[in-house]
Amino acid sequence: MAIANIQVCETPLVLYTLRRADDALILGHRLSEWCGHAPMLEEDMALSNIALDLIGQARELYTYAAKAEGRDNDEDKLAYLRDVRQYRNLLLVEQPNGDFAQTMVRQFFYSAFADLYWRAMMSSPDTTLAAIAAKSEKESAYHLRHASEWIIRLGDGTDESRARAQGAIDHLWAFTGEMFAVDDGERALIHAGIAIDPGTLRGRWLTTLSGVVSEATLHLPQNDWMQQGGRAGRHSEHLGHLLSELQSMQRTFPGQTW
Amino acid sequence: MYTQALNTAETDDRGLEDAGRAAQFQARIDAEERIEPNDWMPAAYRKTLTRQISQHAHSEIVGMLPEGNWITRAPTLRRKAALLAKVQDECGHGLYLYAAAETLGASREELVDAMLAGKAKYSSIFNYPTLTWADIGTIGWLVDGAAIMNQIPLCRCSYGPYARAMIRVCKEESFHQRQGYEIMLTLCRGSDEQKAMAQDALNRWWWPVLMMFGPPDATSQHSDTSTKWKIKRFSNDELRQKFVDATVPQAQYLGLTIPDPGMTQDADGHWRYSEIDWTEFKQVLAGNGPCNRDRMAARRKAHNEGAWVREAAAAYAAKRAQRQTAQAAE
Repeated sequence: MAIANIQVCETPLVLYTLRRADDALILGHRLSEWCGHAPMLEEDMALSNIALDLIGQARELYTYAAKAEGRDNDEDKLAYLRDVRQYRNLLLVEQPNGDFAQTMVRQFFYSAFADLYWRAMMSSPDTTLAAIAAKSEKESAYHLRHASEWIIRLGDGTDESRARAQGAIDHLWAFTGEMFAVDDGERALIHAGIAIDPGTLRGRWLTTLSGVVSEATLHLPQNDWMQQGGRAGRHSEHLGHLLSELQSMQRTFPGQTW
Repeated sequence: MYTQALNTAETDDRGLEDAGRAAQFQARIDAEERIEPNDWMPAAYRKTLTRQISQHAHSEIVGMLPEGNWITRAPTLRRKAALLAKVQDECGHGLYLYAAAETLGASREELVDAMLAGKAKYSSIFNYPTLTWADIGTIGWLVDGAAIMNQIPLCRCSYGPYARAMIRVCKEESFHQRQGYEIMLTLCRGSDEQKAMAQDALNRWWWPVLMMFGPPDATSQHSDTSTKWKIKRFSNDELRQKFVDATVPQAQYLGLTIPDPGMTQDADGHWRYSEIDWTEFKQVLAGNGPCNRDRMAARRKAHNEGAWVREAAAAYAAKRAQRQTAQAAE
């Protein structure tokens, strides 16, 4: 008996929470792919640490989404039994690790946003989201510092590292716009004061980026075209492969306890 | 995770060194004093420990690969986080151990280079593949269990930095071992398919784990010197027997069968195992295990592909130092 995908009743709050959970899980999973293969042991440790923080955030968010949904889903069903079209993460976080520069730029773009986002969410009247935000903000601040230091080292390091870092910035830039986009369901939560409007964070996000990037002797692209679709389940081709690996045990041995 | 299969000592060279200092050194060891990095020590003691500690470090790092193989496929989020944290711990052990080896005058770079060049060994157990999720449970239960048998006595090793590193490492390994056993327990209480998976993993890992304790005492070389220096406190066979005696009841509790039909319990309660196939051990040690080539290739790939990152970090640090010097001069 194979278990098909679960159905999720995506109320605005459930969908909102799932999107953040998916961001954290997919990025955490990507970082965990480095474990044992990083450029130096210190980075095996650091990338695993960041991955663990993100997987921890994902677990809390999935658990809350399941509770808000009020059916019999749980963190594992939400993570392991939804297909690519049901995943709601940002396109940015599913992008492959590429080289170390690409991984660090992806992390830098995301963490610079997450740090501001979670800090703002700490004052949400939804006490669960506010509590998750308080924990996640501390973690994101460290993730941002770690990534910023690497952007500077790579940018102001050797010709090769500079070219790779700039290449990664140019490549990933188009995936950043989605972080600030809002759809109707989210707008309702923003109006209700439960969620914050991410658009209001963009200016500060750009200031953070510009400071680091200029210290790194790099530059941000002028190109304004932004790729979107992840929040609505229209992903890049990469996510399906990630999920087929992530979900392989639950799909092969359905309904068992591990 | 590592055991003493590789622990062999240099021949004692005290005859060539200052006899008075050597006698004083041995007297300190006999009095159970710790030898510290700045203390005088015989060259052979230094060389033996550098080799043993660095092999132990290499084992931790190569040991990340077979378990890392399941991080992206762990069956639940809780298991995924626990496995990732565990593999991260192994990396941490590798780091402490390289640092401990550096107190003897070697650099991490040269030790790693020797490993990547195939000149330094790591524990052979990591040359076996992890084929199913039950292998992750079995590695925790048996491989870490065997490592603990070896490492608990190393907490009293005569060389201070190694002994202290082992105290922390043992605490973490003991947690890993319980975690591994808990994975096995969950499988064994699960479906028939899960039980079969657990039994199959035990069948594949049992004999290689017994080999982790190294060749039988009758054929083992140099252990006298290591014993005299209190680096090694128990023989290979003694530790192997202790491990088997501790493990048999654990397997029984799980309802699993140890793949040794000839195993019997003697009048003293010891579980006597059948003859180990040392030909396999020698083959794996010689580079012909199922994963030797893959493990080395993975470590070399990480090292080579990371070279530009390490160069960038070094170049940036140099530029920064230069700027600070220039600023200070202004």
